[in-house]
Amino acid sequence: MKRINLKKIFGLMLAFAMLFTLAACGSKDDSTNETTTSDDTEATGDLAGTVTITGSTSVEKILLDMADEFMAYNPDVTVNYTGTGSSAGIEDAIAGANDLGASSRALKEEETAEGLEAVEFAYDGIAIVVHPSNQLADLTMEDLLKIYSGEITNWSEVGGADENIVVVSREGASGTRGAFEELIGLEDIGLTENATVVEGNGNVQASVAGNENAIGYVSFSFIDETVKALTLEGIVANAENAKEGSYLLARPFLLTYKPENLTDVAKAFLEYVVTSDAQVFVEDHGGIRVD
Amino acid sequence: MNNAGKEKMVTENAAIGNQAVGNQKDYKDLVFRTIFLLCALLSVLSVIAIITFVFTKGLKPFFGENAYSFSDFITGLKWDPGKEVYGIFYMIVGSIIATLGAIMLGVPIGLMTAVFIAEIAPKKMVAIIRPAIELLAGIPSVIYGAFGLGVIVQLIKKVSPTGQGESLLAVICVLTIMILPTIITLSESSLRAVPKSYREASYGLGASKIQTIFKSVVPAARSGILSATVLGIGRALGETMAVMMIAGNNIGGLPGSLWDKIRPLTSNISMEMSYASGRHQDMLFATGVVLFLFILVINLLLIKITSKVGAQGTKN
Repeated sequence: MKRINLKKIFGLMLAFAMLFTLAACGSKDDSTNETTTSDDTEATGDLAGTVTITGSTSVEKILLDMADEFMAYNPDVTVNYTGTGSSAGIEDAIAGANDLGASSRALKEEETAEGLEAVEFAYDGIAIVVHPSNQLADLTMEDLLKIYSGEITNWSEVGGADENIVVVSREGASGTRGAFEELIGLEDIGLTENATVVEGNGNVQASVAGNENAIGYVSFSFIDETVKALTLEGIVANAENAKEGSYLLARPFLLTYKPENLTDVAKAFLEYVVTSDAQVFVEDHGGIRVD
Repeated sequence: MNNAGKEKMVTENAAIGNQAVGNQKDYKDLVFRTIFLLCALLSVLSVIAIITFVFTKGLKPFFGENAYSFSDFITGLKWDPGKEVYGIFYMIVGSIIATLGAIMLGVPIGLMTAVFIAEIAPKKMVAIIRPAIELLAGIPSVIYGAFGLGVIVQLIKKVSPTGQGESLLAVICVLTIMILPTIITLSESSLRAVPKSYREASYGLGASKIQTIFKSVVPAARSGILSATVLGIGRALGETMAVMMIAGNNIGGLPGSLWDKIRPLTSNISMEMSYASGRHQDMLFATGVVLFLFILVINLLLIKITSKVGAQGTKN
C-alpha cells in the first residue's frame, strides 16, 4: 500500500515537471509567433504597436473604454493603462517611462517647462454635496474654503441650522482631493484636522448620505438622490457650466506627452480620443465632452 | 532440489527483498525530509523577504540627501502628504487606545463566555453558542466594517456631541466584537485543559461552583487566557479594513475623548497606498515598519507566555 502511494507521488511530481517544461516550450513558441505577426502587419503599413498610458485613476473608466474601442479598430495595437495617480503619470511622461500620461488636473508651470504638451479629452466637475435634509442651497467659494480649513465649524455661520459641520474629505494623493484643494485655494492653508477622511468618491457620497450635518465633494457622476448638490456662487453644478467655466469647481482630463517621444500609435490614439466616437464614453461615465 | 535447498533460497530471497525495502525506506525518508524542509523554508524565507522589503522601503526616507527627520515622523501630530508633512504619533496613540479599549471590553466578556461554555452551560446550549462563535470568527472584516458603518456609527451619531458617528468609540465597539472569537476559543480550550482533579479537590473542600471556577479553574488556566489576550491585541492592532471604514481617519490631532476620530496605523497604509508614489509611498512603508515592530513585540510576548505554559505543563 505504502509503495503504491509513493509511486503515485513520484508520478505526480514527474507529471508536474513535464507540465512545467511543456509550458516553458509553449510560451517560447508563442512569443516567436507574436513577433512574426507584428512584423508582417508593419510591412503592410497598418497601425501596430503598444501605447502605454499611466496616470490618473479618475480617468480610468473612460480611458479603458476608449482603449477597447481603439484596439477593436486596430487589432495589432495594444493599449496598456495603469492607474498610478496624476502626478505619477505626468512624471512618467517627463521621464519617458510611458507613451502618454493621464492627468486629472491641469499641468503645473514647472511641468510644461519640461516640454510637456497635453490634449484635453474631457472635463470633470466636482460637486459640493450635503445631506438632502440640509436647508442650505448655495455656498460661496470663500465659505467653502473656510469650512474646509476649519474656520467655520457650524452650519448657522453660513445660514443653516445650528449644528456642527461634519467635513468629509478624501485620502491624501487622491486626484479629486488635489483638484478640489487647488480649485478652492486650500493648498497653502491645509485641510482642517477635524475632517473625516474616506477613500473614494463612493465613500464620500455614502458618508454624506448617512449624516445630516455632513458636507463632502464628489465627481459629478456621483450625484444622485441620496445627496444634495449645492450651487456654488449661484451657479448650478452641471456639465454646461463646468465646460463654460462659470462653475468654478471643474477640471480638465488630459493626456500629456513629450512631442519628441510621441510614437505613431500614440499619436493616432490622441487623435482618436477627441472624435465623437470616443467622446460617447466620456458622457457614459458622467464626464463632460470636449466636442 | 531437496527441501533444505529450497528453504535456503527462500531465506536468501527474503534477505534481498529486505535490503531493497531498506534502501527504498532511506530514499523515501530523504525525499520527504527534503519536502518538509522546503515547506518550512518557504515560511522563513517569506518572513525574511517581507522584512527586507518593508524595512528597505520604509527606512529609505530617513537616510541620504533630503532626508526626513525621523523624530518629526515618530512624534508628528499631522499627516498631510500634499504638503510633505508626515507625522504618525497621533496614529500610534489612536491605534494603542483603540486596542486597549477593545481588550478591556473584550477580555472580560470573552472570558465569561468561555467559562460559561466550558463549565456551566448545558450541552444543548453549547451546541448553539459554539457554532455562532465560530461563525463570528469567519466573517470577513469588510462585513464588520459595513456593519459598524451602518449600525454602530449611526447609533453613536445620535448621542455624540460632535454630531458624527465615526469615532474612537465606534472602533472600540467593532474591534471588541472582532477579537471575541479569538479570546473565547483559546480561553475555553485552556479552561478545558485544567485537570478534573482541581475541580474535585475544590468541591471536596466545600467550595461552590462559582468559587471553584474563579478560585481554582481560571487561575490554573491563566497562561492560556493571557496568550488569548495577547493574540487578541495582535488581531485588534492589525485589523485594517473594518476600522478604516469607521475610524474617521482625521489628518491630525490626538484623540481627546471617545467621540473623537482616530486614524489607525493600518488604515493610513491601506487608504493611500494605491495612489501614493515617491516619498509619500516610502512614508507609508515607514508606517508599516512601526506597525511591524509593534506586532513583533506582541509575538515575542506570546512566545514567552507559551513557553511558560509548557514549563508549567511539565511541572504538573
